[in-house]
Amino acid sequence: MARTSERAVIVGAGLAALRGAEAMRAAGFSGPLAVIGAEPHYPYDRPPLSKHVLAGAIPADATTLPGIHGLDADWHLGNPAIGLDRGRRAVLLADGRDLPYDRLLIATGTRARPWPNPHEGRLAGVFTLRGRDDAAALRRALAAGPRRVLVIGGGFIGCEVASLCRKLGLPVTLVEPGPTPLARVLGSTVGAFIGAIHAGHGVEIRCGAEVEWLEDAEGRLVRAHLVDGSRIDADVAVIALGAVRNTEWLDGSGLSADPGGVDCDASGHVHDTDGQTDPRIAAAGDVARFSHPLYEGRRVALEHWSHAAAQAVHAGRLLAGTPPGEPYGALPTFWSTQGDLVVKSAGLTEGADAVAITQGDPAAGRFIALYGRAGRCIAALSVDSARWLPAHAEMVAAGAPFPPHGAAADRPKAIKILEPGFS
Amino acid sequence: MSASADAPPGSPPGLRVSVDLNLCQAYAQCCYAAPRHFRIEGHEALYYDPAPAAQDRDDIERARVACPVQAIRVEDPERRG
Ligand SMILES: Cc1cc2nc3c(=O)[nH]c(=O)nc-3n(C[C@H](O)[C@H](O)[C@H](O)COP(=O)(O)OP(=O)(O)OC[C@H]3O[C@@H](n4cnc5c(N)ncnc54)[C@H](O)[C@@H]3O)c2cc1C
Ligand code: SF4
Repeated sequence: MARTSERAVIVGAGLAALRGAEAMRAAGFSGPLAVIGAEPHYPYDRPPLSKHVLAGAIPADATTLPGIHGLDADWHLGNPAIGLDRGRRAVLLADGRDLPYDRLLIATGTRARPWPNPHEGRLAGVFTLRGRDDAAALRRALAAGPRRVLVIGGGFIGCEVASLCRKLGLPVTLVEPGPTPLARVLGSTVGAFIGAIHAGHGVEIRCGAEVEWLEDAEGRLVRAHLVDGSRIDADVAVIALGAVRNTEWLDGSGLSADPGGVDCDASGHVHDTDGQTDPRIAAAGDVARFSHPLYEGRRVALEHWSHAAAQAVHAGRLLAGTPPGEPYGALPTFWSTQGDLVVKSAGLTEGADAVAITQGDPAAGRFIALYGRAGRCIAALSVDSARWLPAHAEMVAAGAPFPPHGAAADRPKAIKILEPGFS
Repeated sequence: MSASADAPPGSPPGLRVSVDLNLCQAYAQCCYAAPRHFRIEGHEALYYDPAPAAQDRDDIERARVACPVQAIRVEDPERRG
């Protein structure tokens, strides 16, 4: 166990930071513990931002996470880390201070990928959605009753925002360059099923289309111009182009890090550009890139809430000197509430060569899709069918044969195997 | 801002609730236990109040205990032992 005179520093003040700090304390670490956050807020929950907060059901500042009280930590908020000096074992803060560490957890997460044209990105009416303040600002804009909302990007956040706008009764257009919404993660077969559900609720979906530029009048967004020459009049645009990992502050530290994440070895410790493990430093959450034991050691950086929490607990124990017996390898799980539709997944779809609908019916808007690769189950997705997911998640965790045999009660007689449609 | 304390200054007082929606199976027991704080929309979309008023702590506690998959986490600074 770590000696109590040792100092711990956690960089980032999000979900992974908080759960990592709790795990260190629970594992008996009793030394000084500092948490450094770029934002002025205590750790808060992001999933409700694109759901409850945009819906107006709760204010953005109601999202502060449980677990902050009783942690006995030094909070440095609104004061980002700008550098890491591993030689001196110190984290450099924006206000010029140095924080020495003996144990360090890197949990700086991601930020929204900005609109490529900075001037257009700053127009009134143009939003990204990552933080609490973003959500509060976008909520105000939606509550003001815009004529039309334009959502740029058909990933999970884009689908959540677009379907939520329909829940609010707002006209909304979703523009996505791929063949269907969610095609990159779920493939175009399942993406088309989900897209059809949203279209049925009135989301205007423009796939295979790309926004070229945003037009303003006196600094306010008025319309978007598409590459094909068409235009969409809209006074609110939500840029939902995915995330970039916050690793710039590690430049010059010698750690192996880039916009795709900071690299961890099998134990959870980070390693440097020569592949040497730094036993004082671990990483967790959206920022961490690691080899997933369930997927033949493929290097992944996940953007999933449960993963951030679970990996942080693993890293916290590691840093407290009571390492878990085995490498971190939780089955990746994810949920997304899109309007009233609940999409959940277990496993990773990447590399799938087939997909089977094993429960329900996409035409009815409720189903389970099971993804296979080289004869094994690799991922399962539920659409408004969460009760069926755990049994499928077990098949994925076990790498059960695909297509599945053995019968569930209401499974269609012959399971249809489809092309998943990954490009 | 830099602060060190047991209950950090500036952190909102009162109850904090979070639900692990990966675990949640929309069994809705929490909705029966605390209907003003938990509700299901559509088939299985759980909406909940992450910052309920302190006088509702008994309802919240009932919901937490009722959840069959222990998906609900509650922090109550005034009841910490
Ligand atoms: C709108 C939205 C909806 C989501 N919905 C879902 C969902 O439904 N289901 C799901 O599974 N996942 C969802 N996610 C993803 C989930 O929220 C993330 O996986 C999770 O927040 C990751 O936690 P983290 O602590 O690793 O990173 P973050 O939450 O990004 O926290 C990192 C923190 O580090 C801070 N930071 C960054 N750089 C520095 C620095 N240099 N110095 C100090 N601090 C720094 C940041 O300000 C931030 O507070 C959603 C995300 C968003 C944005
Ligand atoms: S009781 Fe638990 S599983 Fe059921 S809806 Fe509430 S949180 Fe979800």
